[in-house]
Amino acid sequence: MAEKSFDFAQIPHIAEIACNGEFKAAKARNTATFAEKFEHKNKVVDSLEEAIKLSGLKDGDTISFHHHFRNGDHIINQVVDKLAEMGFKNLTLASSSLAAVHAPLIEHIKAGVITHIETSGMRGELAEAVSRGLMDFPVVFRSHGGRGEAVTSGELHINVAFLGAPSCDPFGNANGYSRDDEDSIMCGSMGYARPDAHMADTTIIITNNLVKFPNTPCAIPESDVDYVVVVDDIGDPKGIMSGATRYTKNPKELIIAKTAAEVVKAAGYVYDGFSMQMGSGGASLATARYLRQMMIDEGIKCRFALGGITGQITAMHEEGLIEKVLDVQSFDLDAAKSLKHNHFHQQIDAPTYASYRREAAVNQLDFVILSALEVDTDFNVNVLTGSDGVIRGAIGGHPDTAEGAALSVIVCPLTRGRIPCVVPKVNTVVTPGSVVDVVITDQGVAVNPNRPEVAEKLVAAGIPVVSIESLAERAEHIVGKPDPIKFKDKIVAVVMYRDNTVIDVVRQIDED
Amino acid sequence: MKLIHKAMAGTMESSDIMVTIEPKEEGGIQLELTSSVMQQFGRQIEAVIRETLKGLGVENAMVTAADKGALDCTIKARVNCAAFRAADSEEYVWEAK
Repeated sequence: MAEKSFDFAQIPHIAEIACNGEFKAAKARNTATFAEKFEHKNKVVDSLEEAIKLSGLKDGDTISFHHHFRNGDHIINQVVDKLAEMGFKNLTLASSSLAAVHAPLIEHIKAGVITHIETSGMRGELAEAVSRGLMDFPVVFRSHGGRGEAVTSGELHINVAFLGAPSCDPFGNANGYSRDDEDSIMCGSMGYARPDAHMADTTIIITNNLVKFPNTPCAIPESDVDYVVVVDDIGDPKGIMSGATRYTKNPKELIIAKTAAEVVKAAGYVYDGFSMQMGSGGASLATARYLRQMMIDEGIKCRFALGGITGQITAMHEEGLIEKVLDVQSFDLDAAKSLKHNHFHQQIDAPTYASYRREAAVNQLDFVILSALEVDTDFNVNVLTGSDGVIRGAIGGHPDTAEGAALSVIVCPLTRGRIPCVVPKVNTVVTPGSVVDVVITDQGVAVNPNRPEVAEKLVAAGIPVVSIESLAERAEHIVGKPDPIKFKDKIVAVVMYRDNTVIDVVRQIDED
Repeated sequence: MKLIHKAMAGTMESSDIMVTIEPKEEGGIQLELTSSVMQQFGRQIEAVIRETLKGLGVENAMVTAADKGALDCTIKARVNCAAFRAADSEEYVWEAK
């Protein structure tokens, strides 16, 4: 280098400008070809065990996972089996949700490997065991928005994130699909994994599909990733996503869906440029079909659809009826394919979707159509515990979207078999009645008294509105009065509202 | 009503109940009930089965009922049907209340 034209020490304010001092020499060059460098594999380590050792994980730490592989997930069981084998104890497992496939965790809980769980939902044998008092430390249930915010704010600090990815390059650019091929596993959006990757002390990507750099587009950028592990099996593609979520043929659900479309229209929330979200239940999905016809007939378009995205929504997007799709979680293969191919189908992370601390996307919703296990006469909604008191569901984005949307609509049959769905008091409050506006059943529509203007508009449009009490009475008239479920005193789970305050608890069921 | 042989009615479908009735000489009505809504409705289901049998004049029988959330009207109909089949009787009492 030529002689310097300046004296470093003489530069005014130099201490505030450059904390690294004066340039001395550039790094040694690596002149291998791009193809040769791929062989070095960069962040790729030989095995899961090696990655765990490198991560510095220790007893008592918090490990995290995402649930974009749903019931096809093989990551959580694989990792926790390995952690057990390596002798770890007293770990907190913080997954964005859990499914029936995670029943093997029961043994790891009994052995003390996992002593606390944070999740959005739980089903199957693990949920039953927890309801029967498996764990001393209550399970913490959070909404998707609440968890995203807890991770981002540090309230839920993650030591090591183990994130399964259907594609990843050697530098850690990871995604829920791959534009490099047409036949690898897809999970679509990885919105719930993104805060974990960003905030965890150490982030490990586990993939079965190591692609060449750069893996674009990506859900998780290499700057958030420390290690990449290549395994044969990340999950069962059939359990990760089915081809397309089918429209219901159940006449009860269809009549509910038709009414729901009429209700949101009558309430004034279907106009040119409106926004919406549909839950994943049969009736809420079917509502999209009636809305579609309404939009075609009236020549109006939806500005954006949000949420868990299904093939129904992406079909309307491809038809030009929905301009933009914001996707935090893709529910089926058609939705994942749309994310892969359509410019205006955008992947978003959990805090962008539903954080309570900012003007998240849920706050821009005109309406949301949500399912429920039970609704009570104060409009409180339960989506977490069954009629027998056992955990069998997930909070998901229920309270986030109900609070955020201008109109929150609950769709559920009045009764399911002999189980009443409109009741005097729900088992577990997940979404408080104060943010629930309309309840639509196959046998009547009720409007929350705190939204009298909505009730007026529905009546003016010829939609009969009844009181929520009369729906509860009608349900009881059909099925009889259920005996109360018996619980023990032990609290097995704590339910957080979307701002991470405690809204309810779940107690151990009493089978004695 | 005199029961002659074992008979059943109903299915294992959701919202139905499968009822099997077996004649017995003595010991009253012995009931083995399983239900998907046992905690909330087990007591009521048992009461409906016993009342229906009483109404038919069946005093001794072994009854097995596998309930999948049937309503009371369904339970009565299935118990009636199983009893009439067990008695080889077609003397149905069609009632309209």
